[in-house]
Amino acid sequence: MTGRTLWRHTGRWLPPLLLLLGLAVAWQIWVEVRNTPDWYLPAPSQVIRTLWEDRSSLARNAWVTLEEVVAGLAVAIVAGVAMAIGIHASRILERAAWPLVIASQAIPVVALAPLLLIWFGHGLAPKVIMTALIAFFPITVATVDGLRSADRETLDLLRTMGASRFQRFLIVQAPGAMPAFFSGLKVAVSVAVIGAVIGEFVGSDSGLGHAIVLANASLRTDYVFACVVVLSVMAITLFGIVLLIERLAMPWRRFQVEERE
Amino acid sequence: MVASGWIPTAYNRGGHQRAERERSLASAPGQPKPILSIRDLSATYAEQGAILPVLDRVDLDVGEGEFVALIGPSGSGKSTLLDIVAGLIEPDRGEIRLFGEIHAAERRLGRSAYMQQRDLLLPWRTAVANAALALEVKGVDRRTARDQATQRFIDLGLQGFETVYPAQLSGGMRQRVAFVRTMLGGQRLILLDEPFGSLDALTRASAQDWLLDVLSRDQRSALLVTHDVDEAILLADRVVVLSGRPGRVIHQEPVVLPRPRTRDMIASAAFVAARIRLLEQLGLVHAGAGS
Repeated sequence: MTGRTLWRHTGRWLPPLLLLLGLAVAWQIWVEVRNTPDWYLPAPSQVIRTLWEDRSSLARNAWVTLEEVVAGLAVAIVAGVAMAIGIHASRILERAAWPLVIASQAIPVVALAPLLLIWFGHGLAPKVIMTALIAFFPITVATVDGLRSADRETLDLLRTMGASRFQRFLIVQAPGAMPAFFSGLKVAVSVAVIGAVIGEFVGSDSGLGHAIVLANASLRTDYVFACVVVLSVMAITLFGIVLLIERLAMPWRRFQVEERE
Repeated sequence: MVASGWIPTAYNRGGHQRAERERSLASAPGQPKPILSIRDLSATYAEQGAILPVLDRVDLDVGEGEFVALIGPSGSGKSTLLDIVAGLIEPDRGEIRLFGEIHAAERRLGRSAYMQQRDLLLPWRTAVANAALALEVKGVDRRTARDQATQRFIDLGLQGFETVYPAQLSGGMRQRVAFVRTMLGGQRLILLDEPFGSLDALTRASAQDWLLDVLSRDQRSALLVTHDVDEAILLADRVVVLSGRPGRVIHQEPVVLPRPRTRDMIASAAFVAARIRLLEQLGLVHAGAGS
């Protein structure tokens, strides 16, 4: 990393970090001055202390939630991409399923969580399904858009080479849909954590969502905050991993600054 | 020497007569079977409910190893003609004989190599992988295809650009890579639709010189659509002029410059005479200006 890129990166990360630090300091001062009770609003220092002292229980619960999120995302990616390819490839499926996919985005999927509990019990399954349901739509919609965005003339060029429909898909449409797919995946990662936590809220015996419900009931507000911090770190880390994979999968994107006329 | 056997007057510089040039509008006389033979071709184009004729009873031949340029005002259906030959469109009437056989549009696909004005390079493929595309489509395995493309890069002076992405290439280089891709398909007929039309004058000149050099070593039939009279004369053995919409063949101009061609020929008497006659045909110069 050269000095310039290092500076560019710090330049990008520093302002939000400083803002965050400033907010924490203000919060700390507010709590000290007003002398708010811990069960009402714990100070950031208290939250940090809890993060450290309860690290083993937090880690155990975080691991459960992470499993649900990753499994849910995996299901959503497979199902979403398969659905997108199906909608793209089949006129009938497009006419029948595409309007439903679009309309279903308006359904508050979290409202289904109690039903999943009835059908699939308290185990891993309902949370994975919840997460997958939430993450499915952004992936499907973005991938369909990406597949459709293929350049007409480029597809014609492939036809003049004698390429079959499958070859045109493999060579032009599928790689061309990658940027859109990753945009969808980034949205999906952010909402997937929400899905898992909702699933845990409704009924479970472990996970950070479960831990939040318990801590809330026993007025361990500091523990609730600690869970939120861990969840945030988890979501941001997953997002970062997707960004990294996106970069590795599409090395040409770095040069594509003034592409397209 | 692409043209040598082609037009009987090719080396008979200065000795040609107008009557001789116009003896046949379809093809140069006394030739072996043409590689592409278009007869009585008419096509229409639907635009906002109206049906516009774009090509009207066009007859055109391209011989083995011959380079034919097609010029005409915009709207004369030049690009439509290439689309038809490539197999992207079916004409309303007429017959396309490619390599001696008549096929429907669907079966013409893949028989000639088509290069459009836009380079249409895939941004996620390196230059070599883009050039190897037609080979991969034909089922040549990836590695062999890329090895062949790499060899062509070396042959054609593009070495060093193999692993570069299109976005890192200049317009002129992108067109060259697109041209290598067109050549690597292996078809004996290449269709070029204003391949350098999007380039600035200097870049275009150097791309043309490069193309002349490539063509001097690779004998292939070509049908070039261009709006650039100089480009047509410099590259082609014969220049065919289409009228405005609907396009009809109104003139054929055999180019009597020897091969290999070089840019300094644009100052030669034969070049200038051909240029004036073509500009006359296009209505850009008044008749008689060249005599």
